[in-house]
Amino acid sequence: MKTFTSLIIVLLLSLAANAQTRNEVLIKNATVLTASHGTLENTDILIRNGKIEKIGKGLSAGAGAKIIDATGKFVSPGIIDAHSHAMMDAINEGSLSVTSMTRIRDVLNPTDIAIYRALAGGVTAANLLHGSANAIGGQNSTVKFKYGRPIEEFPIADAPPGIKFAMGENPKRSSQTIQPGQTLRYPRTRMGTLEVMRDAFVRARDYKQTWDNYRAKKTNIPPRRDIELEPLVEVLEGKRLVHAHGYRSDEHLNLLLLADEFGFRVATLQHGLEAYKIAPEIARRGTGVSIFADSWSYKLEAYDSIPYNAYILWKNGVVVSINSDSDERIRRLNLDAAKMMKYGGVPEEEALKMVTLNPAKQLGIDKRTGSIEQGKDADIAIWNAHPFSIYSRVDMTLIEGEVYFDRSVDIQKRAEIAKERETLEKLDINKAPSSGGTQPRIPAEKRLKDRDEADLQRLEGDNR
Amino acid sequence: MRNRFVTADSQRRRASLHPLFSVCFRAFRVFRGWIETTEYTEGTRNTRTLAYITLASLWLGGLFAVAAQSDGSQQNKTGRGGTFAITNSRIVTVSGGVIENGTVVIQDGKIAAVGADVAIPAGAERIDGKGLSVFPGMIDAGTNLGLAEIGQGANATMDVAETGSMNANAKAILGVNPHSSHVNVTRVNGITTVLSQPSGGLIAGQSTVIDLNGSTQGDMVVVPAAGLVINFPRISTFGGFNPGAGPQVVDFNEAVKRRDTQIEELKTAFKKAENYGRAKDAYAKDKAIPYPATDTRLEALVPYVRGERPIIFTAERERDIRAIVKFVSETKVKGIISGGQEAWKVADDLKKNNIAVIYTNIYNLPVRDDDNYDFLFEAPAKMQQAGVKFAISTGDGGAEVRDLPYQAGIASAFGLPKEEALKSVTLYPAQILGVSDRLGSIEVGKMANIVVTDGDMLEPRTNVKYLFIEGRLLPLTSRHTELFDSFKDRKESKALIP
Repeated sequence: MKTFTSLIIVLLLSLAANAQTRNEVLIKNATVLTASHGTLENTDILIRNGKIEKIGKGLSAGAGAKIIDATGKFVSPGIIDAHSHAMMDAINEGSLSVTSMTRIRDVLNPTDIAIYRALAGGVTAANLLHGSANAIGGQNSTVKFKYGRPIEEFPIADAPPGIKFAMGENPKRSSQTIQPGQTLRYPRTRMGTLEVMRDAFVRARDYKQTWDNYRAKKTNIPPRRDIELEPLVEVLEGKRLVHAHGYRSDEHLNLLLLADEFGFRVATLQHGLEAYKIAPEIARRGTGVSIFADSWSYKLEAYDSIPYNAYILWKNGVVVSINSDSDERIRRLNLDAAKMMKYGGVPEEEALKMVTLNPAKQLGIDKRTGSIEQGKDADIAIWNAHPFSIYSRVDMTLIEGEVYFDRSVDIQKRAEIAKERETLEKLDINKAPSSGGTQPRIPAEKRLKDRDEADLQRLEGDNR
Repeated sequence: MRNRFVTADSQRRRASLHPLFSVCFRAFRVFRGWIETTEYTEGTRNTRTLAYITLASLWLGGLFAVAAQSDGSQQNKTGRGGTFAITNSRIVTVSGGVIENGTVVIQDGKIAAVGADVAIPAGAERIDGKGLSVFPGMIDAGTNLGLAEIGQGANATMDVAETGSMNANAKAILGVNPHSSHVNVTRVNGITTVLSQPSGGLIAGQSTVIDLNGSTQGDMVVVPAAGLVINFPRISTFGGFNPGAGPQVVDFNEAVKRRDTQIEELKTAFKKAENYGRAKDAYAKDKAIPYPATDTRLEALVPYVRGERPIIFTAERERDIRAIVKFVSETKVKGIISGGQEAWKVADDLKKNNIAVIYTNIYNLPVRDDDNYDFLFEAPAKMQQAGVKFAISTGDGGAEVRDLPYQAGIASAFGLPKEEALKSVTLYPAQILGVSDRLGSIEVGKMANIVVTDGDMLEPRTNVKYLFIEGRLLPLTSRHTELFDSFKDRKESKALIP
């Protein structure tokens, strides 16, 4: 009996030990692009409980650990997109000019295929932003792309909250045709856009004052809660990051001056395709800029956009990130970063930072992700070649040590999926109308999101 | 074809003066306006006289500046001709393998010699190509370059889609803006030639092959009417967008009927054009028969319905491509598919009917959620394996045509052999567009559209070092490099205190 008990104990103990090593992943013999301290050849990365435990040569893991042989492969930090609308069932609440009460986290769809496709491009985290239909838009959501997991696990819990602002052509609705009977929405000019912002911050400052007075017991009557102004008070208090969509340098500079006036820092200028014209002003305020690598000319206010933007900003000491704002482009941000070496000559690691560590800094999550460093989350992409090479491909994407994309598994499953499709197509409900089936029903929002339909995109109001 | 190299120089010089003149003149008018609107008093008289003197000297100075400037405006930098020899370089001929250490001689706008051991003509300007690679200029066989400057917010710059559905007489070459800023931005990345095509209606109009250099459309043209663009009717259940209610869906059977009606319309138009052509021919032979009235739209269709020039059909889905194959074999026209997402599924029929594919879908998302994530990246490899003739194209309006090499490279990351990827943006588009006698590879006698790089042309980190179009050595400048130069060293200046 005694032997039996001790046997049980030994068994339990070994199970516990196993449970621990089962939480281990060892990536072996890779070329590691750390994005923070250079490139390490023939290097191993030991991951334990989702964190990077150790980086070095000849590391070993416990029994039961997942071993990934990365010989001949390149490992980079997972790519972070500082401007995305993936997995959002709605993008714009365009009715008002200030919609700070709306929250992106209320409209997230964890099954959006765009997430998987982004993972297949090495992307592990993204800043999901409200659209640019209003001077002050909704609250963002900073997420990790944990495809297949429940929605609660997507948002990064300790990421500082943010809010979308927008300037220029979109908030003044310059490309929107006013239908008969429809009222015009203020603002219609860049002058009005700034006044909407100023007015909102004046109201937020007053609102804050009423609460300060109440908390200081100057009055016993509690102020009425205002969910429009609450997020703006957080901006004034430096607790909420402002991500400001805009193109022309003059209007972005005016926003920086407005922020000076109200005493807050703008976290990022989004797009900022003319930011190179005011690089020193941006640098001095510690504002980041999140840009397209080389998009231009698709709208009037993008006509002075140049691919040297990143280089000029970087040279001035601005934290620059390169974003996609697109479910398509998000799949190839590594190549967008590579282009920055060509246009002006950003050094390799600085260019890599623009899609990893820099967006993490801009989103306030750089303590946990964005580079391959001990203690950080194991958010990692494994490539078959240098990610800046056009011939590279993602083999595997890990978030917190879990594999969320594996190309070999994807390929294995293809036959299975094709068979499933075939079976489904044969079901009565899915018969083609010409063979007596009913008309397929496509949800309106699904069609709206289909960015292949250029006409729809235009009608919806492009968010770029 | 006219001789491209005789008249071009004189035209370039004349035209190159114009933009700076106009800038000077505008400045002159503004300044004069300012002087004349200043309130006139005794006290300001002297100031005003002084201002006129300043103005006069500025105006003269401006004239001298114009005289000293040989290149003209940014868009008008048409480079310089001459005899050039690029020596000691790695020559990727595309058609005849790689010459590891060779020389390319450029003379009279053409490639005069290529090889490891060639005689360099006396007086040739030598370019040391040590460590550099020489490639043929890339060709994008599916763009609206020059027809579409700014898509949103500047409709006045858009000349892509004519109104109406039957526009065979609309010619892209007459709409292409030689001074579009997309021209220089594109070519400095190694793309020297594009097909620019109209896109609206059923019969969109005639596309053109142009080289990305010149002051006039005449300078740029390689093939004025290269292919008739037809947006082949497809089964679409999209019934328009209803504000407030969202997109409308049409009954599928209705959509099929709508498609069939459109195909019938197309066939009728083709029949009419054939008859028209016959009537005109008959009259040419026998002036005794009544003169058939001229119809410019039908007239434009004739060479295409007779199969003398290709028709570019836009289509993506398998069922639509099959419908095109049927149409082509019935009407006996020369067909090309543009788009081609699922063309590989129709490989046998395409090969049987000699239909090539201009593939424009690398930067697109798969249509169905359950399509493989790399469905559109893999398609070129699948076409190549199935033996379909294809080219890779950006399908872009103009601004992003410069990404052509990267799109070919991505296809290579997903299975297309590297050499094939390179051919898909050089020799193959030249063959498909019928200009491979002049373009697409480095061969003696071809036009000297040549790109000299410091590495693999398809890699985003590679830099273009020299660029020749029709033998002219071009400055590597563009709207972008000029804005870069203007702002790269700017220091902080005065902030506005409102």
